[in-house]
Amino acid sequence: MPLSLRAGPSAGTTTGQPPSHDPAWLGRLFWTTAALVLLWPLMVATEFRPWILLAPDSLRSGGSFLASFFPPALGAEFLAMVARETWRTVAMATAGITLALVLALPLTLLTTRALSVSALSGRMARGPFWLRQALKWLLIVLRSIPELVWALVFVRVVGLGPTAGVLAIALTYGGMLGKVYGEILESGETAPTEALLRNGSSRLQAFGYALLPQNAAELASYTVYRWECAIRSSVVLGFVGAGGLGQQLDSAMKMFNGGEVVTMLAVFVALVALADRCSAGLRRALG
Amino acid sequence: MPALQRLDLTVAPGEQVAVIGPSGAGKTSLLQVLACALPPESGRLMLDGAAPWALPRRALQRLRGRLFLAPQVPPLPPRQRVVTAVLAGALPAMGLWASLRSLVYPTDLAGAFAALQRFDLGDKLFDRVDRLSGGERQRVGLARALLAPATLWLIDEPLSALDPARARQAINTLVGAAAERGVTLVATLHQVDAALANFSRIVGMRDGALVFDLPAAQVTPDMLARLYAQHEHELHSAAPVPANGAELAAVLPGPRVAMQCR
Repeated sequence: MPLSLRAGPSAGTTTGQPPSHDPAWLGRLFWTTAALVLLWPLMVATEFRPWILLAPDSLRSGGSFLASFFPPALGAEFLAMVARETWRTVAMATAGITLALVLALPLTLLTTRALSVSALSGRMARGPFWLRQALKWLLIVLRSIPELVWALVFVRVVGLGPTAGVLAIALTYGGMLGKVYGEILESGETAPTEALLRNGSSRLQAFGYALLPQNAAELASYTVYRWECAIRSSVVLGFVGAGGLGQQLDSAMKMFNGGEVVTMLAVFVALVALADRCSAGLRRALG
Repeated sequence: MPALQRLDLTVAPGEQVAVIGPSGAGKTSLLQVLACALPPESGRLMLDGAAPWALPRRALQRLRGRLFLAPQVPPLPPRQRVVTAVLAGALPAMGLWASLRSLVYPTDLAGAFAALQRFDLGDKLFDRVDRLSGGERQRVGLARALLAPATLWLIDEPLSALDPARARQAINTLVGAAAERGVTLVATLHQVDAALANFSRIVGMRDGALVFDLPAAQVTPDMLARLYAQHEHELHSAAPVPANGAELAAVLPGPRVAMQCR
């Protein structure tokens, strides 16, 4: 293929005149205006009226609620209970993420386009294409059902306790991990993977020797971020009886025990900060 | 316009062929078709007497395991260690279990070291790929071929990132290793003098068509000048092209002027 370079009419520099305006400007103006116009009905639909926050009534009730947070509860017995429940929450999130990984990994390998042998030479063959589509739909179903709903289902099946929370996190997060892993694998540089597939390697070999080393840091940091989300999720799941810190937080809120609430919130802040450090460390080690 | 046309080529087992021609001549496309990476739009490709694109996918993938295509830009994951990158060449011959175990602990350390050593890279065995220079990466990509269970090597511009001394060593190693194993070697080259000095058969291509297919001894400077006579627009393109045909012919008899094209 001979290479030919032809300057289009938009390449203003060829005429020697400095361009009089940025050709992208009108498009930007249009889309920004369109976005704002579309946003307006959404604000109306959600009854978004931020000035209510500043009404004297709201300020008084909100203020007294916040005031009840101090001083934080620091009794020895309470702290021991918080430590026990924190451990249970971390265990629930970790077990949930591990199960989600077990679910997501095979689904990722099966759905990602980067490991398609038939797509190497043109279009993907029909059979593999529909298999990938079907599994992508499975991932959509898994993650579109909120973990809260899964938890309510499992609380009925396995009873109150962390098991229901673990299973709920596993299913929803399996769907999320599977989707995002697939996108991470497809968005990176795929030349090494293609080269191995083209030289006759199997898909799993190409994954282990090219695709995984290429994307390990991104995959690890996303997984740690999801672990952090699972810890937050476990709070909500605790509200429906899945145990852990969330359940204690729920009862403290119901008893208007602000001191206990703020202590447990502090524990969550510490856990999220810990996840942040882990993620940064992993990225450094793998990147 | 198709990248390849009017092209009829038969390569015997164990033969060593250099494909030369100006940028955009279709050399890389030719290698990709020979490697079963892309199906020809029309015409016929036969490997070992069989038509690869008529094979079922699984058999085609097995056949690809007996071919080795080395792209011009070495396809190595930057965060991988050199030892793993080189051993990846042997994957088609390894079972899944063996290849996974080799990720944990390299199974063929000696083989990887020997392959790298032939390209003077033995000391880089445990370095990470992104710590290597461009030339070192290219030689790691070539060392992969030595471990591949292939009987046909298709090497695209193996010298494009190498200085003249390294280029000489690399091409000697490739040609020598191919001869030792009886492997068929097809390489595209921008360095015409390297092609003439190391390969017995030279294929000249231009505009996707075959211009000549001759033993190296019968290729004359005049033929080369015609092969590289330039299209106007190529002078303005950023593609790696020799300055012009006349100059090329002029430098040929002189000392080693490898045409370094990147």
